[in-house]
Amino acid sequence: MAGEKAAGEKKPGEKAAREKKRGKKKTGEKKPAEQKPTQRAVGEKKKKVKKHHASRNPVLARGIGRYSRSAMYVRKALYKRKYTAPETKIEKKKKEKPRATIIKPVGGDKNGGSRVVKIRKMPRYYPTEDVPRKLLSHGKKPFCQHKRRLRASITPGTVLILLTGRHRGKRVVFLKQLGTGLLLVTGPLVINRVPLRRAHQKFVIATSTKVDISGVKIPKHLTDAYFKKKRLRKPKHQEGEIFDTEKEKYEITEQRKSDQKAVDSQILARIKQVPQLRGYLRSTFCLSNGVYPHKLVF
Amino acid sequence: VFKRFVEIGRVAFISFGPHAGKLVAIVDVIDQNRALVDGPCSGVRRQAMPFKCMQLTDFVLKFPHSARQKCVRLAWEKENINEKWAATRWAKKIEAREKKAKMTDFDRYKVMKAKKMRNRIIKHEMKKLQRLASKKGKKPEKPEKSEKSEKPEKAQKSAKVQKAQKVQK
Repeated sequence: MAGEKAAGEKKPGEKAAREKKRGKKKTGEKKPAEQKPTQRAVGEKKKKVKKHHASRNPVLARGIGRYSRSAMYVRKALYKRKYTAPETKIEKKKKEKPRATIIKPVGGDKNGGSRVVKIRKMPRYYPTEDVPRKLLSHGKKPFCQHKRRLRASITPGTVLILLTGRHRGKRVVFLKQLGTGLLLVTGPLVINRVPLRRAHQKFVIATSTKVDISGVKIPKHLTDAYFKKKRLRKPKHQEGEIFDTEKEKYEITEQRKSDQKAVDSQILARIKQVPQLRGYLRSTFCLSNGVYPHKLVF
Repeated sequence: VFKRFVEIGRVAFISFGPHAGKLVAIVDVIDQNRALVDGPCSGVRRQAMPFKCMQLTDFVLKFPHSARQKCVRLAWEKENINEKWAATRWAKKIEAREKKAKMTDFDRYKVMKAKKMRNRIIKHEMKKLQRLASKKGKKPEKPEKSEKSEKPEKAQKSAKVQKAQKVQK
């Protein structure tokens, strides 16, 4: 018994000593001048947080524990360990509820002036049969997410030969590839009457002739949306003469002219430096007897 | 009828096969269809080669039959076959053909322009002569004048051809 007591006394004493040592080791680097009880407290806290208990659920067989979920709840004392997230964010979110109704003004006499209108209304139609669930597909991306590729032979400044469209056969300077993958191309206009235009990579022959376009600045507003064809659609009069209102004649806007000038002036300077290049761009490509495209080196 | 014969030392041009386009010297004849052939200065190892793929050139080297490669090389370099070959019309035609095949679209345009200019000049001169000839009727001065003026035309032609070649390069 005496031995037990002594042993019992030793243990708390040892523990205290151990705690002291550990506390000193951990906080010793930072502040050796701190008082001892505070050191101990810091050390103890750090110890408690860092030391993880071994699994309180002995394994009977692989994947099977001795205690059930509810028994483990008690054993781990999770009833004591309930944490809630800081409230301020939740409070904010609660405040930020989307508006359900809106007040709209209403015209007319004796109408009350305004109505309370729901923003998100109930559906006006429920189909009799549900649409069947589509099977999962994989890798089918919409056009905007497709990978755009560019042939290695087409680099900024390459002379391209257009093969389709109203400018077929004309030799043209390549500027850059746009977001949809189409190539931005220019005559220049003064040389062969090809304006800033889009061309499709597949309908173009890339020659090996290159113009040095290293310093040329192409305005950033020249995107696909800029070049897209515009169509008016406001058929309020559904009877007769719909076709007149839509754009029959394409009119060149002033912005296009100014953009053309801005780009072409830079490129023309580079073209002049190469002898005979201007005449080359003015000429058109054609095949004649004995000329076979598969044998030509472009 | 035949001017070039298969003999020891005859330099031949290989027309097809793995060594197409190279020059070799016939070292020995193996049988009716094959020869022992060596091209030390043209990168062809000593080997048997059928006559069918060889085309004989005008050059003949002097070395005994079955001479070793060193002797063939000495004879080759003594005669300076590589330079002589490059100076022949045959080699020049081959080179011109290769250049033409490598022409890019831009080069083709430049050649077209050069040819057009040249032809214009020639036509101009021809027209001049024709006008003179028709004006003076059937006088005996006609043939002399045409001969004299064709020479400066030819000089101009060669200038144009050189330009075209430069353009091709």
